[in-house]
Formats: sequence, structure tokens, C-alpha cells
Amino acid sequence: MATQTTPATPTAAKVNGYGATSRPGTGSTSWETFSWYFFRISGVGLIFLALIHVFLMHIANDVSATSYSFIAARYANPFWRVYDLLLLTLALLHGLNGLRIVCDDYIKSHGARLAVISVLFLIALSFWLMGTMTIITFQPGHTLAQTLLGLLHH
Amino acid sequence: MYRGQSGQWSWLFHRVTGLGVLIFLLIHIVDITLIGFGPTVYNDALQVFDTAPFRIFTLALIGALLYHAFNGIRIILVDFWPSGYKYQRQMFYTVMGLTILCTLATAFFILAPIFGKCPQPGYCSAVM
Repeated sequence: MATQTTPATPTAAKVNGYGATSRPGTGSTSWETFSWYFFRISGVGLIFLALIHVFLMHIANDVSATSYSFIAARYANPFWRVYDLLLLTLALLHGLNGLRIVCDDYIKSHGARLAVISVLFLIALSFWLMGTMTIITFQPGHTLAQTLLGLLHH
Repeated sequence: MYRGQSGQWSWLFHRVTGLGVLIFLLIHIVDITLIGFGPTVYNDALQVFDTAPFRIFTLALIGALLYHAFNGIRIILVDFWPSGYKYQRQMFYTVMGLTILCTLATAFFILAPIFGKCPQPGYCSAVM
């Protein structure tokens, strides 16, 4: 239960055996401390990035209007490509960190936990590469294959 | 599962909504990748999200995202505001109230097109 902090009741700390996940202090690895801060910092960033994204794509514009030409006009401005890359990267890292903690909670065997987290990391990396490729290579009027061919011929 | 009170529910909801949003993120990366296959493929796929079941699915996602965002602020306040822990229960009820309120407000925009209403003039069901 490392995502939640400061137990609701004092007894909570006894229950999970992890000291109920208050800020990692002395004795915990610096990696866990980094993870703890990363959750909160990426979380604050994602509140703005994700909620503005949802507002623009589902409220200010109906989803049916976010067509190919809409994206083409939007991605003419590099700001939105950087915005989407940041959102993609932070959201995947935040989600992967969450999965890691879920694995810590439910998979008892150290070896199995390491194996599952490694597979999840590779899946997240594949999705990150896929999303990044889409955001960077998108050219209106050209398919991904055409853009890649164009790059390879030069 | 221990029998905590609001703290237990806020933790459980945070985990479930986090997993839900993550699953949607993976689906979303795949559907956006379709833009690399040209306007026909992408606009056809987009129409799937214009259907009633997918609009309800989208609303559920937004509700989950709103809860995760508001409860995330609550967690940060409990962590960094020295007396935050004293108000964690009140903050949990605030989180629930804000989530329900904002989800209902969003529902109007997301679901209206199912009933032929168009909150965004000139945009509804105008797939280009």
C-alpha cells in the first residue's frame, strides 16, 4: 500500500507490515525515496497535463471533431507535440511505478516479482516507443510508412 | 483486507482508478497510432468513440481520472501539510463530492450527442 500515506487509523500501520508507507526515511533505499517523490511530482504535473487534455479533446471539442484534419492543424504547432510527449512519458512512468507497487503488495516471491516487473517495464517501454514514434513522425498527408521511407532515402 | 474506514476506501479507489486509467492509456496509445495509417483508417476508428457505449466508457474514464487527481491532491496534502492528516476524512468527503460534481458536469458534454444534442456548436458528429 505504498501509494497511500499516513494511515487513517493508527492501527493501519500494524496491518500491512510496511509501516504504512509514510515518507521513506532513514533505512529505506534512496531509490524508494526517489520513487516516493516521483509519484508526487509527476502526479502534480499530470493533474494539469491530463485534465487540460481531457477538457480540450472531450469538452471544448466533441470527440467526434478530433479528426485527422483536427490533429493535423493541432500538430502544426510543435507545442502540442511536446505537450503530448510529456503527457505520454509522465503518465506511463507514473502508471508503471503504480504497477510496481501493486506487485510489491501482492507478489510475495522476490524472483517472481522481479520477473513480472521486468515484463511490465518492457510492455511500458514498447508502448512509449509506439506513442513517441506517432507523435514525432506524424506528417499530414503522409502515412507512417511513407514518412519512414522518406527518411531512409535521404 | 483490514476494516479501516474512509482511509481504506480512498486507498482502494485510488488503486482501482489508477489501474483503470492506465489500461485506457494503453488502448489510447494504440488508437492514436492508427493516425500513421492515414485519414481513412483514423477517422473510421474515431467513429467508434462517437458511439453510445464508448461515450459511457469515456465518461467512466474521466470519472476515474477526476477521482485519482483529487485524491492525489489529498494524499499530497496529508504528506506535506503538517496538520493535513487531521482532516484526511473531511478531505476524502470533499474528494468524493468534487468527483461526483465534476463527473456529472462532464457527463452533460460527453453524453449529450447520444441524444442528438450538441453542446459544442458546429462540432458534433462532424467527422472531417
